[in-house]
Amino acid sequence: MTSEEIYTKLEPIIKTYLPEDVSAKEISRKSDLTRELNINSAHLVDIILDIEDVFNIEFKNEDMEQLRNVDDAILLIKQKTLAI
Amino acid sequence: MDYQYIIDQLPYSEPFLFVDEVLSVSEDNISGTYTFKKDLTFYEGHFKDNPVTPGVILTECMAQIGLVCFGIYLLKDETSSEKINLALSSTEIDFYCPVFPGEKVKVVSVKEYFRFNKLKCKVKMMNAKDEIIAKGTISGMIVNRYLK
Repeated sequence: MTSEEIYTKLEPIIKTYLPEDVSAKEISRKSDLTRELNINSAHLVDIILDIEDVFNIEFKNEDMEQLRNVDDAILLIKQKTLAI
Repeated sequence: MDYQYIIDQLPYSEPFLFVDEVLSVSEDNISGTYTFKKDLTFYEGHFKDNPVTPGVILTECMAQIGLVCFGIYLLKDETSSEKINLALSSTEIDFYCPVFPGEKVKVVSVKEYFRFNKLKCKVKMMNAKDEIIAKGTISGMIVNRYLK
């Protein structure tokens, strides 16, 4: 999968957990999920679990440490879908 | 695991401890009880001359048994000596019947998942007649534990 294809599937997942005062227009590949999009840590877990379902992959605790912005998520998804 | 140990590990005390007893616990579910003593102070104002247990307090009781006691059990193999601290992250509860002063309730919580420090459970509360008082979903994050 290309980064663009991953992003197309990823964006609606992130949108679901955006706080009401953050517009979906603010989502970009450089967006920091917690600092800029203001997603709380509990919803970050929901996003990971949805990603696991949509892409049929599994995240480990150490993956969470590398996850800051949307591009980090895309890179992780790319690595994991390749590994299957 | 000794059930009293779980209660001793709780970060609450009177007047905000809403767990009397843990009845059973496993990797998948927990059950416990609490009796709302007649002299709890909030009954004076909720409501005037008509004491009924507030929904937020029922929710708190469900969270203390169904999430915090459960979390202490699920983290039993952690070597940290620090007491766990669980922050409520979301609740969605429907209420079906009132709880009056002196009533004993039972809370049953079933794990949906416990991953990346987030514990999400389906929780219900029953009265002595086994009628459903409240049920819903509660989740929380363990805030003082670093991801391994």
